[in-house]
Amino acid sequence: MVEDKSLGSRIFNYTNLIILAIIGLATVLPFVHVVASSFTTSAELAAKQFVLIPTDWSLAAYEYIFSTDTLLKSMMISIGVTVLGTIWSMLLSVLTAYALSRRNLDGRRLIMFFIIFTILFNGGMIPTFLVVQQTGLMNTLAALVIPVSINAFNMIILKTFFQNLPAGLEEAAKIDGCSDFGVLFRIVLPCSLPAIATISLFYAVTYWNTYMHAILYLNNADLWPVQVLLRQIVVLATGISYDGATYTDVPPPEQTVKMAVIVVATIPVLLVYPFLQKYFAKGALLGSIKE
Amino acid sequence: MNQPLDIAAQEQAKIDKANLKAERFRRIKRNKLIYIMLLPGLLYFLIYKYIPMYGLIIAFQEYKPYQGIMGSEWVGFAHFERLFSEPDFWNIFANTLILFGLQLVIFFPIPIILSLMLNEVRIHMFKRTVQTLIYIPHFMSWVIVVSISYVMLTLDGGIVNELLQVFGFEPVNFLLNPDWFRPMYILQVIWREAGWGTIIFLAAMAAVDPQLYEAARMDGASRWRQMWHITLPSIRSVIIILLILKIGDVLELGFEHVYLLLNASNRDVAEIFDTYVYTTGLQQGQFSYSTAVGFFKGIVGLVMVMFANWLAKKAGEEGVY
Repeated sequence: MVEDKSLGSRIFNYTNLIILAIIGLATVLPFVHVVASSFTTSAELAAKQFVLIPTDWSLAAYEYIFSTDTLLKSMMISIGVTVLGTIWSMLLSVLTAYALSRRNLDGRRLIMFFIIFTILFNGGMIPTFLVVQQTGLMNTLAALVIPVSINAFNMIILKTFFQNLPAGLEEAAKIDGCSDFGVLFRIVLPCSLPAIATISLFYAVTYWNTYMHAILYLNNADLWPVQVLLRQIVVLATGISYDGATYTDVPPPEQTVKMAVIVVATIPVLLVYPFLQKYFAKGALLGSIKE
Repeated sequence: MNQPLDIAAQEQAKIDKANLKAERFRRIKRNKLIYIMLLPGLLYFLIYKYIPMYGLIIAFQEYKPYQGIMGSEWVGFAHFERLFSEPDFWNIFANTLILFGLQLVIFFPIPIILSLMLNEVRIHMFKRTVQTLIYIPHFMSWVIVVSISYVMLTLDGGIVNELLQVFGFEPVNFLLNPDWFRPMYILQVIWREAGWGTIIFLAAMAAVDPQLYEAARMDGASRWRQMWHITLPSIRSVIIILLILKIGDVLELGFEHVYLLLNASNRDVAEIFDTYVYTTGLQQGQFSYSTAVGFFKGIVGLVMVMFANWLAKKAGEEGVY
C-alpha cells in the first residue's frame, strides 16, 4: 500500500489522533477521579475537588466501609451469584446451543422460532413476577439466576460458533465411539474456547451487575447484592428518593466513602476484563452479524 | 386410462411417506441424547417466558392474587379503556418516545463516527489503547454509571458544580431539575455504550477491500472523500441492520437506567412505561392494570420490529428476522 504523505493527510492524522485521545481520556477520567478520591482524605477532596493523583493518601474510606460486615456480606452474595449463575447459565446455554447446532435435528427450525420469539415478545414484568412467585423463588438468591437462566442472544452466538466448526471433527469422534455428550464435552467445547470465554464474561458481568431482579424479588436486606447496597449508599443517601421523601435524620456518608463503595462494586469487572478482552470482540461479532 | 397408473403412483407415494416417517422416527431415536440436552433449556423458556405470556390474560381480569388466574373475574377491555383515558398515560407515552428519539438521533450516529475515526488510525498500539478505554464503561452496571454521575453532579461538593463556580457560574441542581433529566440520560447512554457500539462497525470496515482505497487515491480522493465514498457505502448494510434493531427496541429504554434517575421532582419527564408498570403494579398492587400497560408496550414493540424489518427488506437489505 502506498502511504499518503501529503500535508492534508498529515493534518488529518494528527487532528484525528488528538480528538480520539481526548475521547479516550474523557471516558476514563470520571472513573479515575472516583478511584483517586476514594484513596484520599475528605479534607483533600474538599480543598482540591478534582483529584487525579492523591497527595494525601488515606484508606479511611475503605476502613469505614469494611468496619461493619454489611458490604462484605453483599460482596460474598454477589460473588456467589456471579460464579454459580455463570456456571449454571453456561451449562444450560451450551447444551441448548449444541443441540440446536446439529443440522439433522428434526424440529430444529420450530424450536429456534420458539426461542427467538421470546426476544421479540414477552409477558412483561408483572406476569413474570407472578411466575417467579409461584415457582417459590421469592426472597431466595435463586431468583437472581433461575428466571434468567439462558440469554437467547448469548445462546445463539454459541450455536453459530458450534455450527461453524468443521463437521468432520464430530463424525470422526462418533466413529471412534464417542456419545453425543462425549462429542460435546471432549471435542466441541475445547475447540470453542474463544466463544466460551466471551459468553462466560457476558453472563458473569450481567450477574455481577444484577440490580433490577434483586429489587423485584428480594425484600430481605440480608440478601442484597452489592449493586443494591451501592444504590442505597450513593443515591438514596444523597437525600433524593423515589417517593420524594428526604432522610434528614441520618447524616449522609462522606463523598470519599461513596467513592470507595463505587470502586469496590466495579473492581471485579475491571479485573476480568483485560484477560478476556482479546476474545470478546471476535465472539460478539459472530452472533451479531449472522442470524 | 390412467387410473391404474394413478393408483400405483398413489400406492408408491404412500409407501414413500411411510418410509419417510419410519426414517424420521429412526433419526429422532438416534438423536435421543440430543433431545435430552435440549430439555432443560426448553423447560426454562416454557416456564419463565411462555407461562408469563399466558399470564397476560390477567390484563383482561380483575386479578386477585389469592383467587389466581382461574378464579379472577373477567372485565374485558376495562383496563385498556382506563389506560387510554388517563392523562398520565399519554404523558408517559410522550416521555418514552422522546427518550427513544434522543437515542435514535443523537446516540445512533456516534459509534459510526467514532469507528470512522478509529479506522483512520494507522498506529496499531494507539488504536488498541483507545478501544480498550472506550469499551470499559459498557461493563459497568447502570447503578455504577448513575452513582458516578451522582458524586460528580451533586450540589454538595460535586466536581462539576465546583468547576461551574470556579468559572463564575451558578451551581446547577442537575439531579433534581427536570430540565436536566434528558441531557443527563443521553450523556450517560453515550458514555456507557458509544465505545462498545464501534465493535461491529469496525469489523465491517476491516472487511472493505483495500484496492478500493488504492483506486480512489489514484483518482486523487482526499481522506475525507475516501471515508465518504468508500468506507460509508461499504458498511451500509450493517448500519441498516443495526438501525432496524434499534427501532425494534423502541420501548426498551432500560428500566434500570431510568428507574435509577427517577425522583419525585423529575417524574413528569422521566416516567416511562417500564417504571410506570413497576410503580402501579408492584408498589401499588394494581396487577391487572399494570399488566395491561405492559401488554400494550409489548404489542407496540412487536409491531415496530416487524415494520422495521419489512422496511429493510423493501430497501433491498436482508432484514434481521
